Amino acid sequence: MRYLPLTDPDRTAMLDVIGVGSVDDLFVDVPEEARLSGPIEGLPMHASEMAVERHMARLAAKNLSAGNAPFFLGAGAYRHHIPASVDHLIQRGEFLTAYTPYQPEIAQGTLQVLFEFQTQVARLFGTDVANASMYDGSTACWEAIVMAGRITRKRRVVLSDGLHPHYAEVVRTMAKFTRDEIASSAPKLEATTDDAAICDAIDDATSCVVVQYPDFLGRIPDLAAIAEAAHAKGALLVAVVTEPVALGLIEAPGHLGADIVVGEGQSLGVGLQFGGPYLGLFACREKFLRQMPGRLCGQTVDAEGKRGFVLTLSTREQHIRREKATSNICTNSGLCALAFSIHMTLLGGEGLARMAKISHARTQQLVAALADVPGVEVVNESYFNEVALRLPSDTREILRKLADRGVLGGVSLGRLYPGESELANGMLVAATETTTEEDIATFARELAGVLA
Amino acid sequence: MPRYFTEDHEWIDVEGDVGTVGITDYAQSQLGDITYVELPSEGTDVTKGDSVSVVDSVKAASDVYTPVSGSVTAANAALADEPELVNTDAEETGWLYRIAISDSSELEPLMDRKAYDAYVAGL
Amino acid sequence: MNVVNASGWKPSMGEGGTSGDAVTASGDRGLMLEEPLIFELAGEPTTGVDFEHCELEPIAALDKHLRKAPLALPGLSEGETVRHYTRLSRQNYAIDLGPFPLGSCTMKHNPRLNEKVARLPGFADLHPLQPGDTIRGALEVINELAFWLIDLTGMSGVAMSPKAGAHGELCGVLCIRAALEAKGDAREVLLVPESAHGTNPATAAFAGYRVENIPATAEGRVDLDALKARLGPDVAGVMITNPNTCGLFERDMKAISDAVHAAGGYVYCDGANFNAIVGKVRPGDLGVDAMHINLHKTFSTPHGGGGPGSGPVVLSEALCPYGPLPFTAKTADGIVHLVEEDNAAEFDHKQAFGRMVAFHGQMGMFTRALAYILSHGADGLRQVAEDAVLNANYILRSCEDLLDAPFGQSGPCMHEALFSDASLAEHFSTLDIAKGLIDEGFHPMTVYFPLVVRGAMLVEPTETESKKGLDRFIASLRHVAQRARDGDEALHDAPHFAPRRRLDETQAARKPVLTWKPAAED
Repeated sequence: MRYLPLTDPDRTAMLDVIGVGSVDDLFVDVPEEARLSGPIEGLPMHASEMAVERHMARLAAKNLSAGNAPFFLGAGAYRHHIPASVDHLIQRGEFLTAYTPYQPEIAQGTLQVLFEFQTQVARLFGTDVANASMYDGSTACWEAIVMAGRITRKRRVVLSDGLHPHYAEVVRTMAKFTRDEIASSAPKLEATTDDAAICDAIDDATSCVVVQYPDFLGRIPDLAAIAEAAHAKGALLVAVVTEPVALGLIEAPGHLGADIVVGEGQSLGVGLQFGGPYLGLFACREKFLRQMPGRLCGQTVDAEGKRGFVLTLSTREQHIRREKATSNICTNSGLCALAFSIHMTLLGGEGLARMAKISHARTQQLVAALADVPGVEVVNESYFNEVALRLPSDTREILRKLADRGVLGGVSLGRLYPGESELANGMLVAATETTTEEDIATFARELAGVLA
Repeated sequence: MPRYFTEDHEWIDVEGDVGTVGITDYAQSQLGDITYVELPSEGTDVTKGDSVSVVDSVKAASDVYTPVSGSVTAANAALADEPELVNTDAEETGWLYRIAISDSSELEPLMDRKAYDAYVAGL
Repeated sequence: MNVVNASGWKPSMGEGGTSGDAVTASGDRGLMLEEPLIFELAGEPTTGVDFEHCELEPIAALDKHLRKAPLALPGLSEGETVRHYTRLSRQNYAIDLGPFPLGSCTMKHNPRLNEKVARLPGFADLHPLQPGDTIRGALEVINELAFWLIDLTGMSGVAMSPKAGAHGELCGVLCIRAALEAKGDAREVLLVPESAHGTNPATAAFAGYRVENIPATAEGRVDLDALKARLGPDVAGVMITNPNTCGLFERDMKAISDAVHAAGGYVYCDGANFNAIVGKVRPGDLGVDAMHINLHKTFSTPHGGGGPGSGPVVLSEALCPYGPLPFTAKTADGIVHLVEEDNAAEFDHKQAFGRMVAFHGQMGMFTRALAYILSHGADGLRQVAEDAVLNANYILRSCEDLLDAPFGQSGPCMHEALFSDASLAEHFSTLDIAKGLIDEGFHPMTVYFPLVVRGAMLVEPTETESKKGLDRFIASLRHVAQRARDGDEALHDAPHFAPRRRLDETQAARKPVLTWKPAAED
């Protein structure tokens, strides 16, 4: 087997050193009746690299990849162009095959990247500090709620109706077990966010209000007003950013009064990957630093006075504080953080702003083209690169028909909000710098065909 | 001013109804370099044995259990910038918090200096 | 004279003398390269990505939301970027450079085929919410991997969505809680051995349980009698790591499971160490109700400097109905479906405890793990466990004369060998051994874990180290151990030859500096 270097003579020589007659003697502590006598029945035996590649390629070919069709899906996962150098660099074995940097003297590469990443995220979000990443946006969102509860010592949480439905479902699932009280509802297909309703929902028992920015339907809420209302009641504002590219154009949540900002970093460097692995971003005010979950990288000096980096404040974490830890998280999304950071380094603030402007412009063109299709109503007043549409019938079926015509047309709100009949005819469409004018024209033409 | 000690290595100075609590020099020597002290907020009501403060070193976090019940009246603000005071002067300027003692009979089972020194010598 | 080379260059070995401490103007030393931060490398705002010109101005409704100041992040050209990260990469140790014997972490070779297949556009360039007919192959990957995981563990089902091991633990514990609550049986306590990973008690607490420790016997295993004595109507279950963190198989696992089940509780098994038994033992045969599998350990998806991981949780028949959404299901027509909120009722899965993540889990890890599993097959995976255990025992027996092996007399170890600092000279510790190994060119083992052994050193070589490679590691470990027994003071200052000397972790924690600021702001 190509991954196993031991030969039979090696094995014999090693058994001699150990002083046993066979490998089975090393498994004596496993009760006889639990030991399998041979390979598990019904499973295939080992296969050559060529055979495995062929099998996997065959499965891959059964999918319609985003690059092979006019593509307009978003809903928390966006298709942006990733420069070739990003994937090349993350495949360097020194990054790809390293472990968590617990021995800092021989992990300065990873650690310096994390320090740069934390700085990039903090500046992008307009906050003081950021951590070294979480699993994804949805889990980061729940961790922010837990953290707000620790800080405020309150247990009631207000979710804006514009929070990603999967994120909201993760929160409701976890809260069932932690007994936090969650106020949430499905969004309405309206032109603007109802910020006043969110503010009204905040009471003295509220630990935090969670607001997605731009919201799930692509609209931009007035974070500053919500922050003010939250702070007046002693609650924190948790802002959730699922499309960080938007922040190349619109104001950073930290500058608008958000206390904790979390997000999904997949847009930069990571790619679609059918939903994972993604990259949880987590940032906050400096005064909440010691309540943060996850790993933190900090600057220090070595015994010769040279600047170096270490994982720090680890007494917050599970491997030290065990049941009193701020979170049970251990593994994070290190390699995705590296990809994000490299992409961001290539872009710089200037490049991100240009990428944002083009994504927004393509969306403007998309909106204009779709608004001309009979039966299509564009819901949003404000948007960055995603808008909600109201169509004449259930959008699950419309999207299936579009796929049959070779167009990946968007995301059905009916699918994501089952049981909400108001939303069954709603659909999200998104565009980025990867969207071409030809794609837009094809989409409008085929949608008109499906609706006709 | 009498000073009492616990088996968990806290000390408490008592003056009237008010106690000043810290960890012992022995405790700080076991913890190593202290990096952060989480202090109780003023006005918190605590019961004897509650974990009311946490002393962090690089690789450990140690709970501090209050030796008496009562209400916290003050926390040592100097520790925010200089947690190392607990290393350099654990039993004086490195105090953690002050407490209005609600039941002074809780002091009775605690050790005096001599008993505590003997206790530490036996560890 | 006939001069054939007028350049003045002539091959020379130099005149000798020592220049080892010479200071260079750059701070670099030959191929030992220092690298500034991107913030220090950057000049005027620029970008390393070309975009076409865009004339359209943002819509008016965006006006009040626009950034007030440009985003202050440096951009570098492509060449500068490639050089920055390449130079940084050279300051890292990695499994591609040598053994990474971290106990409990299973750092094995990461096959490159796995990287290749994960990058096929049919997997990598696929949106999670595309219509079903456009993602059949992706769902088949998930289903095929699920099939293998179920068969290899002898369980009934698997929740594929958890993002990493600790997330999988949470998933399993929430299944237990959901199953108990469905019976109207709210229990409060989870029992966790002292030797457990820190994630176990943290997970139990996160799930709302009170954690109680159960002690270990002198030979490093769970104390069955103490466990039995504690079981009762308030105990929801136990979290057991098997093989445990001392590198030993829990012989009484079946008896533990029987006792817990008899008391109305469930058994969670931490599968972090599954590599030792894959293909040899099925946890389902030992009465386990839930176990997470770290795909980034046993099934070789790369650790990437700290993640991403992937932590599918296999479930017993009793817990299956409570597994979270989404998951895949194959219908009689051979089609694999994604079961989520929208169609859970159609698939008769109405008791799901909820959802743990957005979308469907770590697809990029699934493709890699499946390629790894198919490469090994049922026979190869069995060989993986055997070689992993053989390698660990070889290290144990090759070093136990110099390094104290606290459970060396308990019999063979499984996939990891546990040592302690008990045999070292006074004032010499596990940390000295670890840092000494760095100077030898090796990554150290896991240190100071498990907590039940003072000065623990946990060595997990994995099956992908050759005998010659192990012999080199053993020679170095023995050399460093001998120095520590002999009281070689230079060891206290190790590492001497790494990119950095020992780092001041106290300063880092007392005055945290977590982001870069220009000097003027300091």
